[in-house]
Amino acid sequence: MSFIKKPRIDLPGQLTNEIGLLKRDYEGVLSTLCAGCGHDSITAAIVQAFWELSMPPEKVIKLSGIGCSSKTPAYFLSGAHGFNSVHGRMPSVAVGAHAGNRNLVCVGVSGDGDSLSIGFGQFGHAVRRNLNMLYIIENNGVYGLTKGQFSAAADKGSKSKKGDINQWKNIDAVSTAISMGSSFVARSFSGDREQLVMLIKAGIMHPGCAIVDVVSPCVTFNNHAGSTKSYTYTRDHYHPASQTDFIPPASEIKVSYAEGTSIVVDLHDGSKLLLKKADSGYDATDRSRVMHYLEQQRARGEVVTGLLYINAELPEMHNIYRTSATPMKDLEFVKLNPGSEALAKLQAGMR
Amino acid sequence: MPDNGVNDFVLKIGTVNGTGSASANGLLLKALFRMGIPVTGKNLFPSNIQGLPTWYGIRVSAKGYMARRKRVDVMVALNAQTYQKDMDNVSPGGFLVYDSTWPRERQLNRTDITILGVPLAKLCNENFSDARVRILMKNIAYVGVLAALLNIDTEILQALIEETFASKPKLVESNLKAISLGFNYAKENFSCPLPVHAETMGDNSKHIMIDGNSAAGLGCVYAGATVGAWYPITPSTGLMDAFKAYCKMFRIDEETGQKNYVIVQAEDELAAAGIVLGANWVGARAFTPTSGPGISLMSEFIGFAYYTEIPSVFFDVQRVGPSTGMPTRTQQCDIMLCAYASHGDTQHPMLLPANPYECFEMAVSAFDLAERLQTPVFVLSDLDIGMNDWMIPELKWEDSYRPDRGKVLNSADVDKLEKFYRYLDVDGDGIAARTLPGENAKGAYFVRGSGHNKHGMYTESSEEYKDLVDRLLVKWKTARTLVPKPVLMRAEKETGIGIVAYGSSDGAVLEALDELRDQGIHADYMRVRAFPFNGEVTRFVEQHETIFVVEQNRDAQLRSLLILETNTDARKLIPVLHYSGMPIPTSCVVEGICEHLCAKDVA
Repeated sequence: MSFIKKPRIDLPGQLTNEIGLLKRDYEGVLSTLCAGCGHDSITAAIVQAFWELSMPPEKVIKLSGIGCSSKTPAYFLSGAHGFNSVHGRMPSVAVGAHAGNRNLVCVGVSGDGDSLSIGFGQFGHAVRRNLNMLYIIENNGVYGLTKGQFSAAADKGSKSKKGDINQWKNIDAVSTAISMGSSFVARSFSGDREQLVMLIKAGIMHPGCAIVDVVSPCVTFNNHAGSTKSYTYTRDHYHPASQTDFIPPASEIKVSYAEGTSIVVDLHDGSKLLLKKADSGYDATDRSRVMHYLEQQRARGEVVTGLLYINAELPEMHNIYRTSATPMKDLEFVKLNPGSEALAKLQAGMR
Repeated sequence: MPDNGVNDFVLKIGTVNGTGSASANGLLLKALFRMGIPVTGKNLFPSNIQGLPTWYGIRVSAKGYMARRKRVDVMVALNAQTYQKDMDNVSPGGFLVYDSTWPRERQLNRTDITILGVPLAKLCNENFSDARVRILMKNIAYVGVLAALLNIDTEILQALIEETFASKPKLVESNLKAISLGFNYAKENFSCPLPVHAETMGDNSKHIMIDGNSAAGLGCVYAGATVGAWYPITPSTGLMDAFKAYCKMFRIDEETGQKNYVIVQAEDELAAAGIVLGANWVGARAFTPTSGPGISLMSEFIGFAYYTEIPSVFFDVQRVGPSTGMPTRTQQCDIMLCAYASHGDTQHPMLLPANPYECFEMAVSAFDLAERLQTPVFVLSDLDIGMNDWMIPELKWEDSYRPDRGKVLNSADVDKLEKFYRYLDVDGDGIAARTLPGENAKGAYFVRGSGHNKHGMYTESSEEYKDLVDRLLVKWKTARTLVPKPVLMRAEKETGIGIVAYGSSDGAVLEALDELRDQGIHADYMRVRAFPFNGEVTRFVEQHETIFVVEQNRDAQLRSLLILETNTDARKLIPVLHYSGMPIPTSCVVEGICEHLCAKDVA
């Protein structure tokens, strides 16, 4: 039904958020993805998260690369500027956009082909710069628009729709990001709305590059028996390692957990993340133990989800550069231009 | 050339890369400049850090000719590896200075030049104790020798050394000592000065010495560029080095220490282009300096920026291609690449500076044009302009200048509209207004490289697609009226002969015009300064029967562009080409033109 214009229907009794916007105000145009696509669930989670955060849509920029996943920024936050870039290069556009205006809230949507094959380098360097953005990888293990080739995220032994068995080891976005020194790494499942919304909120508020790898089944090319990225397989092997609660600034933590079963992470704007451990002993702030745990679970074929690693203290790009607090694009020209007198003085040394 | 060779000679110095000769050569150049003589220095260096041969050529020309001459009047040969070749290159009647610490009798086999042996190593070994200092001072000692031989003002040399090492008095002492070692040896052993020598001439106080990369980097600062992204590549690296240095000088907030600029060393050129697009999209002036291979890598984003209409500035400091080519040699080989960079129907404005003065000016206008036209704009410099020191009139700045940000609607403007459409051409000049992220939800739009219509929505409709790309052609027409016009020089006499050149070929053509005139050949000259070609360019091509197109590449790329874009008769455009990697010498232009005209006469 993608040929119809999405109707705007005002229903009585709809809730508004703190800035008086309805959830609908965070939606975009009608999705043209296949019915049942995991990506549409992620879009809905993004809408929910931004609405819950009461974020003014115009403060947000949404960027993507190429592929099914990268079409989705059109489907949420129509009040935000969007940038559907070239294949695998979304991170560099985000670097530039954030360099030019550090006040923008940046959401990047990518796919497994976009980030783990053609854009593997730029993915790594967004992490390395700790670019302040939410970086979502909508991971279905296949190339959908070109009709079902395996991606680099496909597990070894996974079966394609045509019956081929994947011979190659997968590149795992989560362990790769952690080993590259990422400050925030999470995995989720498009079928777990509650967890996903919470992780998206946490990722938006995290002052650095928040990688959220979301298993998002492709109903057309990768949802059959033998696939390790299908709804069935993911549900069967779904394994939350921790539960995250996002606590907005000036709000109190109301739930109490027994000592040793939860961690509180302070974010710079006064908000907090409360991590409740599902597996005893899991500590999302201890990198080497996280890597060990992930390796154990991988060997068992488990899809570990939740906020898997966080370090909110790592400086983001602008902190390292010591950039002006005023965004570059708002600096007055007189502040940028040294003037004729300075030019004359400078040239005295060129004779 | 005056018969006596006063203030008209070519000095060449052959040394080993990494031995510190660059500062000695710079000292010579600056001293001649301060004597008020027009002078240029060209560095010929290997793609190497240490150990390979390197040469520095200084041309002194009272008449102000800046082009490379093939002639060598005085050669300083300090590299054993190239000694024979260096001697062979000395023009008959010229002079060779060599280090006579080691005997070279068997190699001294030319009788048509004067050979002057100076025991440079011996002098330095006797007078300096530290091994590294001995090597460095050997360079300064040959400056002293040349000061005596070429009558270079020693007071100026002393002043330059004192300025250079103002914070290190010990170095002043040793440098001055080395100068006098060489100077005194030459005075005592040779008849000084030589017939070719320098004499204090005019006043260079309204000129400066600067390389094109520094001038372009400075231009970016003055243009108000705040974001620079790059991946290191010779010979463009100096541009970002300069931008950084001038930003440190002018763009750090004195109170907070915060920077009013962002320089991102990207992971590759693809990312550098993406960063430039991202920053310009949000409203910050952003640029990237690169060279040919970088343009190849950036091409996908360049086409994207053309189609989605994002202002962006690309500096291509051209070097010898194809592939890695000869990265430390110069060429004008990317003009065709940049004109139509990327897949699909794409075309891009290019600015073509001929010297560092224009690098500065055009850096500023590139940003204005890019934002006015909402499209990628290229500035095509080359290694010769970018990395060599040029004497140019001092740079000027008009404090009333304000950047042309083009059609940007702010939040209040958007509120006044019933609805905002990103790609709607309201004014008929092919340029639609844009909005900046972060300001007004009503002005939000979606940038996409896929088919889009004038409202900014996705489309696969043939009509809507054509509507949009046809409008880009209207914009191209507008570009024609905005880019810099060519520089025209009419011959003294009416003539059907025209010469067309661009960029660093200018110096050779200017000198060639005089030489040709002396031979009775009169030609009009047009230096193209931009693409798309405006009416003046087309008219010049139409008005002349024979047009020599002088450029530094094998395939006559500017000529091809002229044929493609002006619909002229290809047969009347005669290529005059130079593509050895060395800057084009005047003789190439003169010979190329004479050969053609003579052949025509015979026929």
